[in-house]
Amino acid sequence: MSKGLTVTSPGTTSTTADGVTPVTGTAQVKRGMAEMLKGGVIMDVVNAEQAKIAEDAGAVAVMALERVPADIRAQGGVSRMSDPDMIDGIIEAVSIPVMAKARIGHFVEAQVLQSLGVDYIDESEVLTPADYANHIDKWQFTVPFVCGATNLGEALRRITEGAAMIRSKGEAGTGDVSNATTHMRKIRAELRRLQTMSPDELYVAAKELQAPYELVREVAEAGKLPVVLFTAGGIATPADAAMMMQLGAEGVFVGSGIFKSGDPAKRAEAIVKATTFHDDPDVIAKVSRGLGEAMVGINVDEIPEPHRLAERGW
Amino acid sequence: MSIAQPVVGVLALQGDVREHLVALAECDVLARPVRRPEELAEVDGLVLPGGESTTMSRLLDTFELLEPLRARLKDGLPAYGSCAGMILLADRAIDARADQHQLCALDVVVRRNAFGRQVDSFEAVLDLAGVEDGPVHAVFIRAPWVESVGDNVEVLARVPESPIAGEAAGRIVAVRQGPVLATAFHPELTGDARVHRLFVETVRAA
Repeated sequence: MSKGLTVTSPGTTSTTADGVTPVTGTAQVKRGMAEMLKGGVIMDVVNAEQAKIAEDAGAVAVMALERVPADIRAQGGVSRMSDPDMIDGIIEAVSIPVMAKARIGHFVEAQVLQSLGVDYIDESEVLTPADYANHIDKWQFTVPFVCGATNLGEALRRITEGAAMIRSKGEAGTGDVSNATTHMRKIRAELRRLQTMSPDELYVAAKELQAPYELVREVAEAGKLPVVLFTAGGIATPADAAMMMQLGAEGVFVGSGIFKSGDPAKRAEAIVKATTFHDDPDVIAKVSRGLGEAMVGINVDEIPEPHRLAERGW
Repeated sequence: MSIAQPVVGVLALQGDVREHLVALAECDVLARPVRRPEELAEVDGLVLPGGESTTMSRLLDTFELLEPLRARLKDGLPAYGSCAGMILLADRAIDARADQHQLCALDVVVRRNAFGRQVDSFEAVLDLAGVEDGPVHAVFIRAPWVESVGDNVEVLARVPESPIAGEAAGRIVAVRQGPVLATAFHPELTGDARVHRLFVETVRAA
C-alpha cells in the first residue's frame, strides 16, 4: 500500500530527528490530518454503498462500523470493531479518508485497524469498552486517534494519552442533540474559565481537571485545545449541525442521523451545506426543505443512566 | 502597478482556513474568508487551503463559485494552493473522482494521495526555490505529488533523495506558473510564513 517513505517513528513530536530524514507518525501529521477535516462532516457508514452516498454528498471522511449507534442501542449485545472485509470494502469504494472504531482500551483492535490502513481510529464509547480502567496508549501508533469527551478534563486526559483529535460525545444513536449541546457548552465554558485564571491558580485547575499541568497551561494560554474539536452524538438535521458549529465545533460527526432517515443522500448533502454556511440562516433554511423524515429518535431523558453511552470513558 | 495592502482571500468552504488566515495576517495583507461569489470578486489574490479536494470541488459547484473562480483565474488572479488546493488548481488529477472539477490554472498533472494513506503522511525538510533563509519544514498529509509539468511551469521543490524515500524520492512537490503557486505540503501548519510571503509578493506585483 505504501508507495513512499518506510520509516516510522511513532509518538515523536514535530521535527524530523536529524533535521533531514523524513518521518511518519509524528504528532504534527496526526493533528494536521484533523485540521484538514475542519468545516466538514464525517458520516457513519456500514457498507460500501453508504460510503459512496456519503462521498457523493460531500463528506470529508466516513466512519466504518458494523451497526450505526441507533441499531447498537436497539439490538443490544456486545459491540466490537468491524469485520476487516467490510472495512476493506469501504476503503476500496471511496477516495476520502476512512475512519473506523475500536473499543475503549482495546489496543489490539487498534493494531488491526492500523494494519488495515484506516486513516483515523475512533476509540469509541459507542462500542462496548474492553477496559474499564485504561484507554489505549495512542502514542504507540502511527495512525492518529480521535476520542470522545464530555468535558475539558476528559479531553485533556485523552490528548495526554495521544489523541490527535477530540469530539464531544453527545448521546449517540438518539437523534437527540441535547447532550451534544451540553458537552460543547461545557468544554467551551471550561476553556474560557482557564483563560481567566492567574498562573498560580492553574496548578489547582490541573488537579481538578485531572490533567497534566503543562498541558493545562498551554491550553490556558492558547484559549483552545491543541487539537481539533468536533461534535458528535444526536445530530440529525442541518440545523443541528449548524448549531454545533455556532457553539464552537470545528466540524461534525453524524452517525445514525443520515442512514436512519427517509432520504439519506439528500439529508447528507443538506448537512454538509449547513455545516459550511453554519452562520447563514438563509442557506440553512433553503437546505432544510423537503428532506423527508428525520430519524425517529429517542429522548435522552428516557434512557436509564446505565444505558447512556456518554458515561463510558473516564 | 503595485497594491499597497492587497486583499487576499482564503477559500473557506472546508479545510484549514484559519491557519492560512493566520499566516497571511503576518504578511501585511487584508486576509479574509471567501465563500460567496461577491466575496471572490473583492480579492486581489486567493489561497485554496488544505482539506478534502472532493468536498471542496462539490461545494464550489453547489455554491456557484466554480465558474466565477475559473473566470478570475483565467484573467490572471494570483492563487496559491496547498495540498487539496494544489489538486484543484491543476489541469488534471489522477486517482480523483471522475466528476471532480479542475480549475485548470496550472499546466500540471497531479496524483491524489500519491504517497499513500494517512499512516504514510510524513514530515521532511526541503529546499524551496524562491524562499530564502534556509530550507522549509514541510508537512505532507495524504498529500498529492506532481506527476508531470508543462513547459511554462517552474519546479520549486522536490522530495529530497534519501535511502528511505523509495518511490517518493525526487517527486515534484512545489510549482509555480505565472501568478499561480502550489505546494503539496502545508506551510500553514508550521508557523513559518515564508511561502505565504512568496505568494503575497506575486499578489503585490500583479
